[in-house]
Amino acid sequence: MVSASTAAAVDRVKQRIDAEGILAIRGIRKEFPGVLALDDVQLKVRPGTVHALMGENGAGKSTLMKIIAGIYQPDAGEITLRGKPVTLKSPLDALEQGISMIHQELALMNWMTVAENIWIRREPKNVFGLIDHGKMARQTQELFDRLNIRLDPLAMVSELTVAQKQMVEIAKAVSHNSDVLIMDEPTSAITENEVAHLFTIIRDLRARGVGIVYITHKMSELFEIADEFTVFRDGKYVGTHSALDVTRDDIIRMMVGRDITDMFPKIDCPIGEVVLEARNLTIPGVFHDVSFQLRKGEILGLAGLVGSKRSNVAEALFGVHPASSGEVLIDGTPVQITSPKVAMEHGMAFLTEDRKETGCFLILDCLENIQTALITRDHVRFGFIDQKAVTKLAEDMAAKLRVKTPNLAEKVENLSGGNQQKLLIARWLLTKPRILILDEPTRGIDVGAKSEIHRLITGLASEGVAVLMISSELPEVLGMSDRIMVMHEGHVAGFLNRDEADQVKIMDLAAR
Amino acid sequence: MTTATTQPTTERPQRRLPQEVNILMVLVGISLVFEILGWITQGQSFLGNPQRLSIMILQVSVIGIIAIGVTQVIILGGIDLSSGSIVGATAMISMSLAQVGTFDRAIYPGLTDLPVIVPLIAGLMVGLIAGTVNGVLIAYTKIPPFIATLGMMVAARGFAKWYTKGQPVSFPTDSFAALGKGMTPVFIFLLVAAIFHVALKYTRYGKYTYAIGANPQAARVSGINVERHIVKIYAVAGLLAALAGIVVTARGLTAQAGMGVMYELDAIAMAVIGGVSLAGGRGTILGTMIGMVIFGVIISGFTFLRLDAYYQEMIKGVIIVAAVVADVHRQKKRVKKS
Repeated sequence: MVSASTAAAVDRVKQRIDAEGILAIRGIRKEFPGVLALDDVQLKVRPGTVHALMGENGAGKSTLMKIIAGIYQPDAGEITLRGKPVTLKSPLDALEQGISMIHQELALMNWMTVAENIWIRREPKNVFGLIDHGKMARQTQELFDRLNIRLDPLAMVSELTVAQKQMVEIAKAVSHNSDVLIMDEPTSAITENEVAHLFTIIRDLRARGVGIVYITHKMSELFEIADEFTVFRDGKYVGTHSALDVTRDDIIRMMVGRDITDMFPKIDCPIGEVVLEARNLTIPGVFHDVSFQLRKGEILGLAGLVGSKRSNVAEALFGVHPASSGEVLIDGTPVQITSPKVAMEHGMAFLTEDRKETGCFLILDCLENIQTALITRDHVRFGFIDQKAVTKLAEDMAAKLRVKTPNLAEKVENLSGGNQQKLLIARWLLTKPRILILDEPTRGIDVGAKSEIHRLITGLASEGVAVLMISSELPEVLGMSDRIMVMHEGHVAGFLNRDEADQVKIMDLAAR
Repeated sequence: MTTATTQPTTERPQRRLPQEVNILMVLVGISLVFEILGWITQGQSFLGNPQRLSIMILQVSVIGIIAIGVTQVIILGGIDLSSGSIVGATAMISMSLAQVGTFDRAIYPGLTDLPVIVPLIAGLMVGLIAGTVNGVLIAYTKIPPFIATLGMMVAARGFAKWYTKGQPVSFPTDSFAALGKGMTPVFIFLLVAAIFHVALKYTRYGKYTYAIGANPQAARVSGINVERHIVKIYAVAGLLAALAGIVVTARGLTAQAGMGVMYELDAIAMAVIGGVSLAGGRGTILGTMIGMVIFGVIISGFTFLRLDAYYQEMIKGVIIVAAVVADVHRQKKRVKKS
């Protein structure tokens, strides 16, 4: 028997959920050192709907999802769950309040069984308080039956394929019976059949009233599964619409629609002969038949979404992970680039994507960081470094690139992202490269440093350096490149010339 | 450890003192404590006894030679547990080739009274080979250094025991014995320390070592042959452990399979006390030298105070852990800042 007042209260909550959604987010702001990842964004997920979250790389989708899953704490803003404001202190806290997340990176324990992975921390116990493995296996089987997953609950996770692991992740998330389920690109690692299976599960959950947030890059999925969608751009909220009354072009325009300012000081310079040519470069399962030419003085932009394997191509060219087949020609001569050292001997330089992971020596000082590449080749006699000469070169280059640091004895970890990036560029410029590969040269650095680096790159090209520039920022690609190569899932999707390229055309090739 | 008690500055970072200064302060502090305790309990000076100090330095310099190699391995981001066993294996090999002809039960009766260069080179080869094997395993099979050198630790000790079926080897030539006589071990240590101080500071060898320790991926992308350098450093560490083995056996005039047990841990402790970071990328030969002296002062100080040997070991353990805690604390501060 429910009292009238309770019923009224339940009713009120229900109304509020209908109006505000099961999960409502307002005014969320999140700043990382040097980057404003989210700026006053909002999102409203209604129960029993699939809400797609769209945006380019770096639009802030994953950051927001991590906030909703309790991994990050927002700097400002409000999260309401079932009509009540909540704070989500940790992933466990979010889970207990009814939010599960399927991560983009699989987070299963390899050396435990499927059942153990699903019920971890919630294992069924027997009368002695010990784990009841039989019951756990039965529970898992029931869950799998409900979801129509054919997997042995006692199989070891390490023996599963990536797609099977993904299904385990999904089952695990569903087993929490959460009100809100977040899926961050759940189809990136699974085949079409499994996608269909996943969509069946999603429709079933939707019918049970679960609110599903679905992050994806793929237009086709949006139209197939989503009821509503929200677009983010550069960490800002662009808009929310019903998935029924938009076209693919509308969405692309919402995702990329910004004006190219005169931030990109492209200098027109004569483009010379072919310096670097790749023919059918392949690493099975990673990228296939990548062929292109790069000319003296040319900036070739390389665009593509996450998972297009652009960085892998760059790493193959530079010998970090050489391609297993295909040919690289420098000045028309075939070369075997088996290591970065060999690449450098051919006049190549490679600014890696992640400056903290593969670029900087954070605990060493600026001088050590700048001179690393140079001293593998020059200014060394009998193993001894001509430190006076090297220091002079390093100081001049740091000054030329306007690296802001009290002196070169400063530890690199104390520098801002932009200055770290300039330091790494200085490292490579000291080797006087003829071919410069830049992977996300301006990621995560402030606008001022960005345009300085852009000016530097065009300057180098006008001096005859051949530049291959990978970038996820379309305006950067469009503003800087003479030609644009677009990749899609490990294949070259097409080339665009500077005069014909625009954001819509690039996205069209990148997000088939 | 004492940390600088200056006010935290929010403006331009002050010119920081090298870390060695901190460690030196620790050394001075510990020495003064023993000095005061000495006057109180023994009625005499701890430091004002040149003989005690020279014995102290002599005691630690053999392990100090190992610590010079271990320091480089740790800067590289690795660890070497095999040094003590390499000492044992080297001692057996070199002593067996250094015996006098007048001893009728020589290991190789036909190979007695050899010039000192023969046992010296043979012994060094043992360390070089063992170290190279360590390096190759770590660089190319990518197994953790802890495991690779643990395997070498067990295997080399087994080799030392098998070599003479556990029998000690004695009666070296005078020229071989001279390698361990008097203050010679100290001079050898100083020479080794000087060479690698210069190498780490002024040569490409050193720059590569710090770079790989700080970020192996970045080092590789910068054109450094990371694998080859790893092999080099472990080979050097093996070589120095062998040198220590030769010195210790020459000094003792005998070789036993059990020589050098736990030396690897003492050497690691010296390096860590001297500020070499177990996370790699940081540390200096100078720091390790100070760490070595701290180690020596503590041992000789306890003996001076007539403290039981068992207490010495327990307190040694505490000091090692304290040094690592200090290192981890430094790292944490760094992470918070960035």
